Amino acid sequence: MQLFQNSNIDWLGKKWFFLGFSLIFSVAGVLSMLFWHHVPLGVDFKGGTLVYVSFSQQPNEDHIRHALDESGIRNFRLQRISGNVGASGAAANQVVISVPETTDAAHDAARPQSEGALRNNLHDSGFSVQQTDIVGPTAGAQLTRQAGWAILWSLIGMLVYLWFRFEFIYGAAAVIAVFHDTLITIGFFSLLNTEITLTVVAAILTLVGYSMNDTIVVFDRIRENLQQMRRATLSEVVNKSINQTLSRTILTSGLTFLTVLSLFIFGGEVLHGFSLALVIGILIGTYSSIAVAAPMLVAWTDWRASKGGRTALVAGRSAA
Amino acid sequence: MQTNLNGKIAAIIAILLVFLFGIFGIPHGSLKQTLQDRIHLGLDLKGGVHLVLQVHTAEAVAANSDSDQQRIQQSLKETAPAATASKPDPKEPVIVVSNVPSDKSGAVRDLLSGGAYADYDLSSENGGFRLSMKQSAIKALRDRTLDTSIETIRGRVDSLGVSEPVIQKYGLGEDQILIELPGVENVDRIQSIIQSTARLEIHEVLNDGKSFTSQQEAEAASAGQDAIAVQGGNTPDATAWWLLRRISIVQGPDFRDARPSKDETGRDSVSFNLTVAAGDRFYDYTSANIGKYMAIVLDNHVREVATINGSIRDNGQISGGMSKQAASELSLMLRTGSLPASFSYLETRTVGPSLGASSIRQGVIAAVVGMLAVMVFMLIYYRGAGINADLALILNLVILLGFMGFFHATLTLPGIAGVILTIGMGVDSNVLIFERIREEIALGKSASAAVQNGFAHAWVTILDTHVTTLVSAFILFFVGTGPVKGFAITLAFGLLANLFTAVFVSRVIFDSVLARKQRGEALSI
Repeated sequence: MQLFQNSNIDWLGKKWFFLGFSLIFSVAGVLSMLFWHHVPLGVDFKGGTLVYVSFSQQPNEDHIRHALDESGIRNFRLQRISGNVGASGAAANQVVISVPETTDAAHDAARPQSEGALRNNLHDSGFSVQQTDIVGPTAGAQLTRQAGWAILWSLIGMLVYLWFRFEFIYGAAAVIAVFHDTLITIGFFSLLNTEITLTVVAAILTLVGYSMNDTIVVFDRIRENLQQMRRATLSEVVNKSINQTLSRTILTSGLTFLTVLSLFIFGGEVLHGFSLALVIGILIGTYSSIAVAAPMLVAWTDWRASKGGRTALVAGRSAA
Repeated sequence: MQTNLNGKIAAIIAILLVFLFGIFGIPHGSLKQTLQDRIHLGLDLKGGVHLVLQVHTAEAVAANSDSDQQRIQQSLKETAPAATASKPDPKEPVIVVSNVPSDKSGAVRDLLSGGAYADYDLSSENGGFRLSMKQSAIKALRDRTLDTSIETIRGRVDSLGVSEPVIQKYGLGEDQILIELPGVENVDRIQSIIQSTARLEIHEVLNDGKSFTSQQEAEAASAGQDAIAVQGGNTPDATAWWLLRRISIVQGPDFRDARPSKDETGRDSVSFNLTVAAGDRFYDYTSANIGKYMAIVLDNHVREVATINGSIRDNGQISGGMSKQAASELSLMLRTGSLPASFSYLETRTVGPSLGASSIRQGVIAAVVGMLAVMVFMLIYYRGAGINADLALILNLVILLGFMGFFHATLTLPGIAGVILTIGMGVDSNVLIFERIREEIALGKSASAAVQNGFAHAWVTILDTHVTTLVSAFILFFVGTGPVKGFAITLAFGLLANLFTAVFVSRVIFDSVLARKQRGEALSI
């Protein structure tokens, strides 16, 4: 069985479509981040209290709301976990109570308060606290800083490695493509108003790695073909390289997508954000290595040529 | 060629066995038990309490300079009674000595520049002196405060019987502590125990410092004295009973600091500081009781019995018959008597055990479904070579779990996700190689040449992709914490395993298939 045999698509000829597509998603995400849902940070970064309560019967949200109100808890938010009932029967009866954090001093105040409120004022059904997450403002700021550094350092680390293995422009194009993926994924989270937690950041770092993989596979082929097709134009080389690796790119992405999809469907509520980021990220990452990274190489070379500089893209260090 | 191939196959089987041992160890009890002993589950899977504390180390620095200020004032009584020692800002470790008569200036300078105040930089001010604590001394004091807090908390957690607790420095390691208590559900109880103070006392030993073999014997010897019988001794497992005067000489709050040191003859000993008031009391007591014995009692257990060798005021030494390690342990204990500074909570997370169990179930289901789907697809798409890829995938998983068993790495929920991603990466390598072999075959190469070239070309790409992903895994490991770290660990191990299985193992299988084929026969790919 074989799919995508001898494909011969003029990818670079469609670069304006790609540019338009990327712009629409990036701009929509950025607009949402700026004006609509902003960046919906989870309790890990924003600070606050989350109490996951599991009820023995279908809970009535209004009653819970009322019970909390009566105990003087302000600004809380209730969220029903409408997870997959199949994998764990309890998920359907779960509610997350989130209360914004005030200070480090009143760190663990909201948790006993909410528990007490449910115990005293809610008589519908029994309940048990499944999980609590309390993050103070100091820890939140620290985790935010950590996550930012992690993403930044891994981008720099990859840029340096690609610089060493190929040429600076390859590294720059790959990093810009990956940045594009990250931006669009975070934009999606903003559009869907899904909270970004620590594990989502881990997922974003993973997709950075994945998208980089796809890009490197194409770049490796470009490097190889540049040495063999000395008379062809750069656009021809890049198009041929993308086409040659197309079946691999689609197969791998499809299979990885399959595993991530299984995580999204069966992984449960806790991994929901994580797998969502990967589901989006793998699609965007595959797209960007074909539609962003490779055209950028060509655009850069054309620009250098128009300025009267070096006209051909060098193959970089030869393959090891 | 054939013997070389057999050697490689033997090597693969040996590695398979080594990593199977890593997963299961020497089988004992049920399979579940065996697995649990080797692969540690993170808090998110096992359930438990996760706390991050911030110790207010500045308090300890301020308290330390407070008592130095009192010491200076005390010493000034003799040299220059008119002079006063004060702290302009109670929170800053800066002491100002003012109103020093000009004729006493030299004597006061000698006093302040002496070894007792070596932690301070001394400078002259109009009509007096200014002592500011050295940055190095502040840093050392803060570090000691953090270490002391960790030890105090560890001692308390241990007394609760929590298994495999994690208590360690956290964040940048300056003033934060991470506490992880698996299987604990009641946060309120844990928090109150961690915050309470342990009781440390020094008692006079009665009966000429001799011990008894039983409580009854000790109590019988008390003969109407106000005494208590306490068990313990100079070694941790000592079972002797001691008769102690019930009223202690000094207790917990009286200790200001303690550190390991050497006495005049170079033996290991423990130096301690008492607060000013306790120092006066201790001086009176020790002066009157030279040659007698005193016992250091922690939580109603005798930890150390020592001879009083001389008068002791606020800084004393406990020496005799202890190893270097015992000295540092004892000083640690003296310091842990009470928490040196207050702290606040930065993070509190709890996971119920049933949630953890359902997370494991869901994670494993997702991993198995994902893997089966991929394996079935590979079989359909690549036929014969699909078997190849599937074997490499299974071996990859075995090596990954074996690594985790050997390194006692902790499996977290994101860690399971890391396993699933490893499956993805493993497939990627196989697809890269197979597609390349197909291309080579399409160019009309023979089966063995196609395999040869396919691997050679794909190897470069596989190396590049793995190194870049490893870069981000390492960064996640060093920058990340808790669950994210667990993810980085499984991802890194998985990538390493994958380099071996996709490139080496898969190649060996190809070669052994080719070795059996007739010349010119097509490859099933």
